[in-house]
Amino acid sequence: MNIAKPNSYRSGPDERGHFGIFGGRFVAETLMPLILDLEKAYTAAKADPAFQAEMNGYLKNYVGRPSPLYFAERLTEHLGGAKIYLKREELNHTGSHKVNNVLGQIMLARRMGKKRIIAETGAGQHGVATATLCARFGLECVVYMGAVDVERQQPNVIRMEMLGAKVFPVQSGTRTLKDAMNEALRDWVTNVHNTFYCIGTVAGPHPYPTLVRDFQSVIGNETKAQMQEVEGRLPDSLVACIGGGSNAMGLFHPFLDDPSVEIFGVEAAGHGLTQLHAASIAGGRPGVLHGNRTYLLMDADGQIQDAHSISAGLDYPGIGPEHSWLHEIGRVNYLSATDDEALAAFQLLSKLEGIIPALEPAHAIAKVMELAPKRPRDHLMVVNLSGRGDKDVPQVGDILKGKSK
Amino acid sequence: MTTRIDTRFAELKKAGRSAFVTFVMAGDPDPATSLEIIKALPKAGADVIELGMPFTDPMADGPSIQAAGLRALKAGMTLKKTLELVRGFRKDDDATPIVLMGYYNPIYIYGVDKFLVDAKTAGVDGLIIVDLPPEEDDELCLPAMKAGLNFIRLATPTTDDKRLPAVLANTSGFVYYVAITGITGAAAADATAVSEAVTRIKRHTKLPVCVGFGIRTPENARAIASHANGAVVGTALVDALKNSLDAEGRATGKTVSAVAELTASLAQGVRGAQQAAE
Repeated sequence: MNIAKPNSYRSGPDERGHFGIFGGRFVAETLMPLILDLEKAYTAAKADPAFQAEMNGYLKNYVGRPSPLYFAERLTEHLGGAKIYLKREELNHTGSHKVNNVLGQIMLARRMGKKRIIAETGAGQHGVATATLCARFGLECVVYMGAVDVERQQPNVIRMEMLGAKVFPVQSGTRTLKDAMNEALRDWVTNVHNTFYCIGTVAGPHPYPTLVRDFQSVIGNETKAQMQEVEGRLPDSLVACIGGGSNAMGLFHPFLDDPSVEIFGVEAAGHGLTQLHAASIAGGRPGVLHGNRTYLLMDADGQIQDAHSISAGLDYPGIGPEHSWLHEIGRVNYLSATDDEALAAFQLLSKLEGIIPALEPAHAIAKVMELAPKRPRDHLMVVNLSGRGDKDVPQVGDILKGKSK
Repeated sequence: MTTRIDTRFAELKKAGRSAFVTFVMAGDPDPATSLEIIKALPKAGADVIELGMPFTDPMADGPSIQAAGLRALKAGMTLKKTLELVRGFRKDDDATPIVLMGYYNPIYIYGVDKFLVDAKTAGVDGLIIVDLPPEEDDELCLPAMKAGLNFIRLATPTTDDKRLPAVLANTSGFVYYVAITGITGAAAADATAVSEAVTRIKRHTKLPVCVGFGIRTPENARAIASHANGAVVGTALVDALKNSLDAEGRATGKTVSAVAELTASLAQGVRGAQQAAE
C-alpha cells in the first residue's frame, strides 16, 4: 500500500477520531452522547492548568514518578551489543504502567461527576490500578475479567477484592480479555447515567485511544529527558510489548518525530504465527470491533478469532488503532515473540538483573535478545519494563516445573 | 424509492393498527430450521421480520441473543448464508419486509458495495447496524440509501432533543426506539415512559416509530403497541426456540411450532392495541 508520509506522526487523530483509516466511533447510539461528553470534558481538562498540576502531584507522590531509567549492565554484557536501558514502569505504585492512565481517567470521571467506575482487565494490572484509584477517591469499582484470566492471575484478583472492587468473572465467548471488554460495554450501555468506563489501553471508541496515549506519554517524555541527562542525546531505539499497546504508545509517541530513533513493537506470537497467537498486525487485517477500526484476528466471514498468549495482558485479538496506522505508514516496526521466547527472557532478566518482569514485557526483552547483539556498543536501546512479574510467579513456576519433569 | 417496509407501514396505517416486528437469529439453531421458522412468522402474524446476522462479539446483546448467534455460527452460518436464507424466504413471500440486524464487521469484511448489491438482490429491505451511529454514516448508511435499502436507526433514552435530528437525518423505513438503556432481553419496558419518548420522537419525524427491548408478553406488546407504530419482540422468541431444542442444542419437531405459537399470541396482543394517534 502506498501512503503519503505526513509532516508529523504526532498530529493525529483527526476531529472524528481517525488515524488514517483506523480509529473512529463504532458504538451503540446509547453510548454516543456520553462519548461526545467525554471528548468535551477531556478537551476542557487538557486546557486547564489546574488539572495537569493536580495530576502531576499524584504522579509524583502517589504513583512514585518519575520512574528510573536504569542501565542494565549485565544484560548488556551478556548480549554483547547495544547499551540497554530499562524504563522501570514496574516500580510504579500497583506494579505497572497502567496506573498512569487510570489516574488521568479517574480524575476525568470526577470532573464529570461519575461515581461508578467500570473496567475490563486481562492480566489484572489495569484492574488493580483501577481498584486502587477508586479506593483512593472513594468510588464504586466493578472490574470485568475473563474467567480464564481469573484462574491464571489469582494474585491480582485477590488484590482487587482487597481494594474493595467487585470482580466479575466473564463466562461468555473465549472467557478472556475481549469478552471482558464486551461485558464492560454491556454494563456501560445499561448504567450509562452514572458510570464511567475506564478503558485500560489505547483502543476503543474515540477519544479513548487519544486520551490513554496522552496519559501514558509521561513514559516517553521522562525517557527523553532522562536519556538526555545520562547520555546527552536521544536513544537510538525503543522496544515495547503490545497487547492493546498502551505502554508502547506511551513510550513511542514523544519520539515519533525523531527520525533517528528506530521503534519496535512486540506482539505476542503465542504458540507461533502459524498456530494460536495474539499478533493482530502480523496475523490479522483491518476490521471493526470494540468501537474502532484496527487490525484484528478474524476468519473469512469477519468473525473474531480466539487469541492466545501465555501472557493474559497480551491475549487480545486486536491492537490500538494508532499502532495500526503507524504500521501501515511504516514508522514503527512490529515484531512478535512466542510464549517460549518470552519465558526464556523472563528467566534471563530475573537471573542477570535481579528483576522479575511480568510476562508481558518479557516479550519485549525476548526481542531485545535478538536486536541488541546486532547493534554496536554505542547504540542506546530503551526497553519499556511495563510491569513486574509477581502476578506471574505461580503460573511460570508451574510451567517450569512441568518442563523440568 | 418505496421499499417493502414503506408499503407495509402504509397498509397498516390504512388498517388502523400497529406492526408486530419479530426478531430471530439467522441460522439458529441450523440453516434449514431457520428457514422454516422465518417462513412461519408471517403466517403467525409477524408484519416485519428482523433477521439477526450472527457475530462472535455482540456487545449490545444479552445472554439469550449472544447464545443464539453462537448456535448459528456453530451450525456454520455466515453472512453469505444469511443472504441465501433471505433468498429462500423470498421464493414464497414477496411482501413481508426483511430487515437485517447486527454488527458492522462481517459486512465490512464481506465488502460494503458487494454486500449492498447482494442484499438488495436477495430481497433484503433494510439494515439495523448497532455499532454504526450517525457519526459513521459514510461507512454504510449513505451507500445503503443509494442502493435502495432502508437504514433504520436506533434512538435511545440517551438520545436527547438536541441529538435527535442527527440520528433521524439519514434514517428511513422506520425509527427503532430502544425502550431501555441496556442490552437485549434485560429490563422490562415501561409503557408510560415509552409513550412520552415516542411522542418526543414524532415531533421530529414523520417516519413510523417501532419500540423494542424488554417486550416479552402479549400484554407488554399490547401496551407498547398502543403508544407506537410497532412493537419488536426478540429475546422472548429466541428463548422459546432455545427451550424447544434437545440436550445437544439441535432442533426438534417442536422448534418451528414453538416460535410460531408464541408469535401468534404476541401478534394477538399487538392487534388488540389501538393504533397510536398520528
